[in-house]
Amino acid sequence: MNANGVLQIALYLVVLTACSRMLGRPIARALDGERSWLTRALGPLERLVYRLAGADPAREMTWMEYALAFLLFNAAGTIALYALLRVQGFLPLNPDLLPGLSPHLAFNTATSFATNTNWQSYGGETTISALGAMLGLTVQNFVSAAAGIAVLLALVRGIVRRSAGTIGNFWADLVRGSLYVLLPLSLLLAVALVSQGVVQTLAGSLDVPLLQPAADAQGQPVVSQRLALGPVASQIAIKQLGTNGGGYYNVNSAHPFENPTPLSNFLELLAILLIPAALCFSFGHWVKEVRQGWALYAAMLVLLGLFLALAAWSEAQPNPGLAGLGVDEAAAAGNPGGNMEGKEVRFGIAGSATWAAATTAASNGSVNSMHDSFNPLGGLAAMTLMAPGEVAFGGVGSGLYGMLLFVIVTVFISGLMVGRTPEYLGKKIESYETKMAALGILVSPIAALVGTAVAVSTAAGAAGVANPGPHGFSEILYAFLSAANNNGSAFAGLSANAPFYDTALGLCMLFGRYFIVVPVLAIAGSLAAKKFVPPSTGTLPTHTPLFVTLLVGVVLIVGALNFVPAFALGPIVEQLQLVSAGH
Amino acid sequence: MGRELKVSLAMLPVLAIVTGVIYPLVVTGIGRLVFPRAAAGSLIERDGRVVGSRLIGQPFDDPRYFWGRPSATGPIAYNAAASAGSNLGPTNPARIEAVRARVEALRAADPGQAAPIPIDLVTASGSGLDPDISPAAAAFQVPRVARSRGLDEDIVRQVVAAATRERDLGLLGEPRVNVLALNLALDERDAAKPAAGH
Repeated sequence: MNANGVLQIALYLVVLTACSRMLGRPIARALDGERSWLTRALGPLERLVYRLAGADPAREMTWMEYALAFLLFNAAGTIALYALLRVQGFLPLNPDLLPGLSPHLAFNTATSFATNTNWQSYGGETTISALGAMLGLTVQNFVSAAAGIAVLLALVRGIVRRSAGTIGNFWADLVRGSLYVLLPLSLLLAVALVSQGVVQTLAGSLDVPLLQPAADAQGQPVVSQRLALGPVASQIAIKQLGTNGGGYYNVNSAHPFENPTPLSNFLELLAILLIPAALCFSFGHWVKEVRQGWALYAAMLVLLGLFLALAAWSEAQPNPGLAGLGVDEAAAAGNPGGNMEGKEVRFGIAGSATWAAATTAASNGSVNSMHDSFNPLGGLAAMTLMAPGEVAFGGVGSGLYGMLLFVIVTVFISGLMVGRTPEYLGKKIESYETKMAALGILVSPIAALVGTAVAVSTAAGAAGVANPGPHGFSEILYAFLSAANNNGSAFAGLSANAPFYDTALGLCMLFGRYFIVVPVLAIAGSLAAKKFVPPSTGTLPTHTPLFVTLLVGVVLIVGALNFVPAFALGPIVEQLQLVSAGH
Repeated sequence: MGRELKVSLAMLPVLAIVTGVIYPLVVTGIGRLVFPRAAAGSLIERDGRVVGSRLIGQPFDDPRYFWGRPSATGPIAYNAAASAGSNLGPTNPARIEAVRARVEALRAADPGQAAPIPIDLVTASGSGLDPDISPAAAAFQVPRVARSRGLDEDIVRQVVAAATRERDLGLLGEPRVNVLALNLALDERDAAKPAAGH
């Protein structure tokens, strides 16, 4: 990694911190329904949505009612998207006459988008019509992200409210998250992306001539190139901001029409972590203690920084297998150097490695380079960031509520050490909360590891593997980690569009979303009912560097250690193979 | 349960219209008004005819042209209707073999060029459509292109320099040379001034 690469990464982290700090409070106030210029502009639309949907935003819900509304809305969205994808061939706005999706692919894609995973089993430009992209995928991009914010809001109310029976109204949280946070930011980002060259048109493909005619495998001349066009920018903006990640094109944001310049890359990269990071500061506002937000932000930044550094270093390394071929792999002015397989020249090593870390730290899952071709330790960095459930910023809403589960476990463990009842922000953490937190933390590792075990021991699972040796195992492990943690990125060599993977990964996505959301809402309900306990001399302060260190330690030990044996079989063995190839 | 189910069923189409119809149409409208060329695919026109997109690379293997990055799209390279990377892992023998074959092709096209080959010229891009090569990869090909076209190397270097873009804002990304723009510029130069002394 050269000096410019380090500078690009540092700039990214500084701009991210500044922007998220700035947005934290306005986002918190908009979600609370407080008056501002935004609510004056969009308030009539908000009230119209409630009226048309027949929702009463003022009606308070118990945690069970809240969970029910969440689940029903998700079920409706999944079924509607499934139906739309199945019949898109008979619907308008399908200029390239794409047929409906197969049942297993439609199930996988519908689940994938409703759970905010956006695993791309589908092939983008060759599979989904413009109507399917707009009315299907883009809609779920918005509402699945807004639903994540809603669950976070419910948990925050659980912490803040005292002796209360309710945790807010799901419909109000969903609509405000969509209209006041996601929609304005998406509109801004989409227009900025169009200015850089991200396409936005309702026209279909366009044939352009080749300057030098080519020949296909049969020796037939090929004189033109078919450019796949569509309403791309509007989908890309929300897929980045909503930590969705499902691209318009097969190769996602590596595609020049989806991510044309280093500047568009920087904006899309910023958008991946912007809202999850800003919500840390919103949290500080809600609990009326800004430093609590900073503490969570710091823990997340440390986790991201550790593995971002590993990925960036790893990808700048030459491939020992290429030694002696007369290839120049050293970074220099005018030569990106390093591991350029699966990467784009305009992004280089720093732009690709930063993206790989950010997209797996968040539950985004978009890619601007092919993770399957990363050096083994670069792939390991991405997998390790996903392993604890993506809590280093994580998904919109889901990252912070996931991190708060780790906070509960951390204060519980600290309480055990000093022999006092653990508490967090004035609420006693008792056995019910700890059990629910443990459940939420353990569901994803179980789903990922069991899924991987089933896949490697069945013929249907082994059939999808593209690369030989331990890398093939890594492809399977990555897929299940990605699905169970609602990430959506892939070691894309794996042929995942087959009945086995579409179904198994679809189930992992369902587990990874709903078996965390429901325990989180249960904790919210339980905390809301509790009395406030004023801090005493025996209270562990949760804003100190000591606590941040403890929290990072717990995330790594509880969250990532589950996977060490599996990592040893995949990326770690491959790294040893790679090093020995040079001798 | 009945009430929340009714709200769910009504809320979905309402939000779908806002986020799935109004929002993309507003972006489409703004794009068409403010950035019409960018929104339509950054097409390059010559004499009123579209000759390609600035953002989408094309396949080249004629020694008179600069070659772009290897492309893993199927069934043919630079198939812009089906983007794809190779997804070959770092220890996959097929990846090492592919690089070896590309090295041999580049060496065969210019046996006199002894410099090491920049890595981006022998590795497949992520999209299979990368429009750019690194300045080093362009410099490596200058002698071959100049000789094939009967041009002075310095002239070719000037055309390369004109097609080179520095890092965005002097900092972001990597310097890069747009291969299609570069090859179009070379062809136009040749068409304007028929090369003498072949």
